[in-house]
Amino acid sequence: MSTPTTETTAVPRTEGTVADIPRGRPVGALRIGLSRGWMEIRSFGREWESVVFTFSLPTLILIMFAAIFDGMFDMGMPAVDYYLPGIIAMGLMSVSFQTLGTAIAAERDHGALRRVRGTPMPPSSYFIGKTVLIMFLASGQLILLLGVAALFFDASLPTDASSWATIVWVFALGTVGCALLGIAVSSLARSAQAASAVVVVPFLVLQFTSGIFVPVMALPDWVLTGASLFPLLWMAQGMRAGFFPDAMAEMERNGAWDLHMVAIALGAWCVVGLVVTLATFRWKTRKDG
Amino acid sequence: MSGTVIEVEGLTKRYGDNDAVAGIDLSVPRGEVFSFLGPNGAGKTTTVEILEGFRTRTGGSARVLGRDPGTAGADWRARIGIVWQKETMVPKLPVRDVVRHFAGYYPLAHDPDEVVEMVGLAEKAKAMPDSLSGGQRRRLDVALGIIGRPELLFLDEPTTGFDPRARREFWELIQGLAREGTTIVLTTHYLEEAEFLADRVCVIAAGRIRALDTPASLGGRASAQATVAWSEEGARREVRTEEPTRTVAELSARFPGEIPELSVHRPTLEEIYLGMIEDAHVPEETAV
Repeated sequence: MSTPTTETTAVPRTEGTVADIPRGRPVGALRIGLSRGWMEIRSFGREWESVVFTFSLPTLILIMFAAIFDGMFDMGMPAVDYYLPGIIAMGLMSVSFQTLGTAIAAERDHGALRRVRGTPMPPSSYFIGKTVLIMFLASGQLILLLGVAALFFDASLPTDASSWATIVWVFALGTVGCALLGIAVSSLARSAQAASAVVVVPFLVLQFTSGIFVPVMALPDWVLTGASLFPLLWMAQGMRAGFFPDAMAEMERNGAWDLHMVAIALGAWCVVGLVVTLATFRWKTRKDG
Repeated sequence: MSGTVIEVEGLTKRYGDNDAVAGIDLSVPRGEVFSFLGPNGAGKTTTVEILEGFRTRTGGSARVLGRDPGTAGADWRARIGIVWQKETMVPKLPVRDVVRHFAGYYPLAHDPDEVVEMVGLAEKAKAMPDSLSGGQRRRLDVALGIIGRPELLFLDEPTTGFDPRARREFWELIQGLAREGTTIVLTTHYLEEAEFLADRVCVIAAGRIRALDTPASLGGRASAQATVAWSEEGARREVRTEEPTRTVAELSARFPGEIPELSVHRPTLEEIYLGMIEDAHVPEETAV
């Protein structure tokens, strides 16, 4: 049998042949993390089910709403403009919270986490890789929704820099907060199958209670109070602040965009999500002791 | 560099009221192929996973490559390789890309293409992992275990589910690694696998070591008593003796011609092994 290297040919078993080769420094966390990010993006592209269902569902909903609801109710604007901010918020939560919550539970259940823990990969590299993946997916989600809205439905997108600045910081803060929440939720699930229930059901409930499909004005106060404990309501409100004309602020709960509250709520979710993730993240399943 | 790769004293692991590992002492020198042999639930995997730094231990001390596996870091992990017993998911990428990706974790990795070749997956280099057969999938696990050029390789029941030819090829691969000086810790419940590969076999049952020796002298096999049996007055007679030749000579003097239904039997390795683990049935669930 051929041996894999030129410097270690088949020698009789002696004192540590392999051990005598100097190993140098461990590979850096950032380098492995970026390599993982690229690997995650490539393998995500291979998962057709999740690409089709998870990634394009918000776009599908936008297309249906824009086509069906247009002119049906008095929204004061075309349906595509009305629904776009909320569906962007939902799409961002989908690619961060839902993708990570189910994917990490599956990786834990099927030993992918165990495998990487048996390598010199620093734990931070794993999260760097996930960050790269989520930022890639979130940017793709935003571009896809904006592109479909603008190209097929002639949506009126903001033209001033300050609106776009709002959209960008709500995008970043909301995606990070939801991603951390997704990682935390993955640890709650006992198995990969359980994870999809633990992730999908609360997400669905939040979509109906956070002003994505049903306008905030139409929701009972107690529903809004409940939903305001979670990030989706604030992401949607922040996105509306960015996309809608200022006059629309009176349709909000307090008659104002309350961007400081959006920032505080999403910032708080980032902090809480990080703390909960650090406290609960497990490389093993419960059986692994 | 120390000549001892693994040093374990009084190792225990307790789950509730069950001692999965009930006090194990052993020492593995550099370059040895060391095999844990035992039934399901014996404590093999628990012991090995403690040595891999994956499980915590309840008591005792363990040193692997000079470090406590419970606290050792990335530089230590770069020197070991692990082939897990359980199915472990790999990224959904072609085989060679998966191996290439993991090579990037190690400071002294093998060439990924050479490793793919070495484990016999060259023809499948562009195939997706979920299209591989069970045996091929296991070879990919081995490729990922050795890609970092480990000084110490853990193989946890690597050939379960292999057909005889695949198992034989796999054994040759492991022998090749051993010739390069890799210390190998192999757990198996196949007796012939331990006998073929291992320098020393550690029979383990109910969390304790039942025997620890070379395959040839395991359980005092070389000097074990033989059983001489024959028929006399319509009944079967048996004598266990360390001098079967003398017994046969005596019988030969007693009987005029042939000794009726004479047989001389020395225990096979399998019989010795089964005798060792006989009293140690434990529930399956501790095998994980």
